[in-house]
Amino acid sequence: MKAECPICAAAIELSEDTVQGELLECPDCGTELEVVQVNPPVLNEAPKEEEDWGE
Amino acid sequence: MKIGLLHSLIRKDEKFLLDEFEKIKGVELVMIDDRKITFNLLEDNFNLDIVVERCINHSRALHALKLFETAGVKCVNTSKVATICGDKLLTSIALKENKVPQPEVRVAFTEESALEAIEEMGYPVVLKPAVGSWGRLLSKINDRDAAEAILEHKTVLGSYHHSIFYIQKYVEKKGRDIRSFVVGDKCIGAIYRTSPHWITNTARGGLATNCPVTDELNDLSVRAAKAVGGGIVAIDVFETEQGLVVNEVNYTMEYKNSITTTGVNIPKLMVEYILKVAEGM
Repeated sequence: MKAECPICAAAIELSEDTVQGELLECPDCGTELEVVQVNPPVLNEAPKEEEDWGE
Repeated sequence: MKIGLLHSLIRKDEKFLLDEFEKIKGVELVMIDDRKITFNLLEDNFNLDIVVERCINHSRALHALKLFETAGVKCVNTSKVATICGDKLLTSIALKENKVPQPEVRVAFTEESALEAIEEMGYPVVLKPAVGSWGRLLSKINDRDAAEAILEHKTVLGSYHHSIFYIQKYVEKKGRDIRSFVVGDKCIGAIYRTSPHWITNTARGGLATNCPVTDELNDLSVRAAKAVGGGIVAIDVFETEQGLVVNEVNYTMEYKNSITTTGVNIPKLMVEYILKVAEGM
């Protein structure tokens, strides 16, 4: 499965077990991305950290 | 068995859990994205044996857990645990009530009274937001000038909950603290978090190395976990000359960097525990 980085347009290879919502990093530009759709694969820039994020 | 996994983003921690659940025959995993779910308070009747909470937002986790529980679904962790661990003051109260050692804590609601409390405690102290994580907005205050500045900034620039001043005596931890992992009634592993910075969170660059689980660490960690309501939690521990003390308890514990470090299959043990709870233990 191949997807395109929405920031730098790099081609990103996704593993077969990729799931919706998964976080990954673009190997070219380093942007943190979210898999918003698996089939066909669509990536968005991951949401920015919010005040109540944490453990 | 039908297990709901309440999540938002799927980080490595959640991915490890998915992998472990997949290995269990007879388990149907239902993914519940907190950005998409809606609740119908009076009508909801979820066909789930248990919900596993893995949200990133504390407020969503807390409210969703309450809603699942009121619909009769068991949750790991429970809303009680999320409520207590999500608030450092409630955590400190639970630790105190269960005689679990912790650093000195004072609380004040105005700039003036907070300054008075800090002066009485002596410097340095650490000012923490009662609700917050990953070491954000922690202030180590070394003198009166800094205290006055930070308190004024929090009062003027912060929202109202930044004026609930949670003040902890600074513990000199010689560059490291301990993060222990508790599942049920056992401390399954621990790491040292080492950093030249006084904030040692791995989210802030702290280096993780294995920490042997001594009887003292196991006992303290399990007591801290039970104090907040039990389940699956991570305990932040300081080493002091008087022994180990509990700094904080985390209820949606992150462990992805600790599996190799500890040599413990943390997600596997989490899944085994979750299945036991679902079956009624």
